[in-house]
Amino acid sequence: MTVAARKTLKSNAIAYSFILPNLLGFAIFTLAPMVFALALSLMSWDGANPIKYVGLKNFGQMFRDDTFWISTFNTIYYVIGTVPTTMICSLLLAVLLNRELKGRNAFRAIYFFPYVASLVAVAVVWNMMFHPSMGPINNLLRSLGVKNPPAWSASTTWAMPTIIGASVWRNAGYYMVIYLAALQGIPRDLYEAARIDGASGWQSFRKITIPLLTPATFFVTIMLTIQGFKVFDLVYVMTGGGPGRATNVLVFTIWDRAFIYSQFGYSSAVAMVLLAIVLVITVLQFRMEKKWVSYL
Amino acid sequence: MGQLPVSRAAEPSMARRNAVASAFLYAALVTLAIGMLVPFAWMASASLQMDKDVFRFPFRWIPKNPRWKNYELIWQRVPFLTFIGNTVKLTLIITALQLLTSSLAAYAFARLEFKGRDVIFLLYIGTIAIPWQVYMVPQFIMMRSLGLNDTHLALILLQAFTAFGVFLLRQFFIGIPKELSDAARIDGLGEYGIWAKIVMPLSKPAVATLTIFTFVGTWNDFLGPLIYLSSEKLKTIQLGLRMFIAQYSADYALIMAASIVSLVPVIVVFVSLQRFFIEGIASSGIKG
Repeated sequence: MTVAARKTLKSNAIAYSFILPNLLGFAIFTLAPMVFALALSLMSWDGANPIKYVGLKNFGQMFRDDTFWISTFNTIYYVIGTVPTTMICSLLLAVLLNRELKGRNAFRAIYFFPYVASLVAVAVVWNMMFHPSMGPINNLLRSLGVKNPPAWSASTTWAMPTIIGASVWRNAGYYMVIYLAALQGIPRDLYEAARIDGASGWQSFRKITIPLLTPATFFVTIMLTIQGFKVFDLVYVMTGGGPGRATNVLVFTIWDRAFIYSQFGYSSAVAMVLLAIVLVITVLQFRMEKKWVSYL
Repeated sequence: MGQLPVSRAAEPSMARRNAVASAFLYAALVTLAIGMLVPFAWMASASLQMDKDVFRFPFRWIPKNPRWKNYELIWQRVPFLTFIGNTVKLTLIITALQLLTSSLAAYAFARLEFKGRDVIFLLYIGTIAIPWQVYMVPQFIMMRSLGLNDTHLALILLQAFTAFGVFLLRQFFIGIPKELSDAARIDGLGEYGIWAKIVMPLSKPAVATLTIFTFVGTWNDFLGPLIYLSSEKLKTIQLGLRMFIAQYSADYALIMAASIVSLVPVIVVFVSLQRFFIEGIASSGIKG
């Protein structure tokens, strides 16, 4: 062996020693299950009896299953309900806070706090506030003369909007931080120049702030959409997918089929649909990025 | 130039307009802050009342006779200390493992030449977009066949090695000037030395970001513990609180007290580290 070859071997060995701890864990506990998920969607298995290859049968069953369609519809409902609302609220908070201001950090921390607060506690208090018969919200509505206020999370019509409301309240502060960082990147002199030219505050917001924020908006949209398709915790704790199937979402179906009904193959087939949706959105959004994102 | 006298004449009224505008701004900010905090305030106040007064309308914000006994009762009914201990343990171990293994791997991807580097890195990147929910079921089956069902080890193994961590740190490491490590190499420092003494100390912002993401993610994780942990003595705080609510669904004041207890550790950590939280998210947010 030449000296050079030995040297390469040695530097390769050092490099592998850096990678190996993470790569091993990653390959065994992430990559392998990913491949297994694909295979499992073509199998029928209840976790106890022998596993059986069934081809596309799980997918056929899924497309005939109205729970699957309901949960797909509900997930899209949640995404449409949360993405624009959260974006607008977080942008509004960021714009309000983007100036020299006494107590700015305190306000920022307060708006951000619901995001770190434990989810179960948040869901509980939200449910109690919106308690149909005794909750303060409905008491308030009744005292204002509303005869039959909605039953919120106990009503098939209102359960999803209630969850969406909780979600927007919880996440707006997080995306506000991203918008704030982006706002700081806009050069002050642009506003100065616009003001000298006689532009109103609203005009410079529309012609300067919004266009220069598109990279951030793009990022926020991707994050929110993908987060939306993965929603589970809030639904599970607030409504348990109910009443009936009114808030049954895709991940809830994946979880429910696997861990309640032990239909591991079927559950993985639904998981493949989630995967396909998320991948298509990622690709689409990156394609669209070229069209409407303007970088300075 | 012709406009100058006009603007000078307008100065006093401008100042007044500014004062009015800032009054409106503060009013808006305070209203929003109240909107954000009112659920927590209600939770805190209700946790000190009798069950029947939790839903009293109009609500009495300052309880007449604060019932501190509620807090005694929840400690007797639910092993909250165990839940908090479990959560702290999981969070610390996962965050430490994540930082250590991700930063080592990221160093190799950013700074070392070796066979198969680009292929392996592509493998990491390609999986970032795949949601955990897609493969959580096969992962559970695997862990169960390894006998790791209902252990903390399962949660540690599945959360400690993420593509996201490696990617985030690698992007930062690449930006550190190569001259620094070259100089260190001439001084006789090995690769591990360069990683520990040069690259890591220069990467505090990225390391802080990853720490925060991992910390918040683990602390608030619900689905992972829900799938894996069935023994009460292993449960985390999220799961424990949920269990408590299911068991004592009509004890409103106690539920509120338990919720407050579950919030206290978060409040302590958040208030002391909020600057890092917010800056960490902001910096990773911009880089996308």
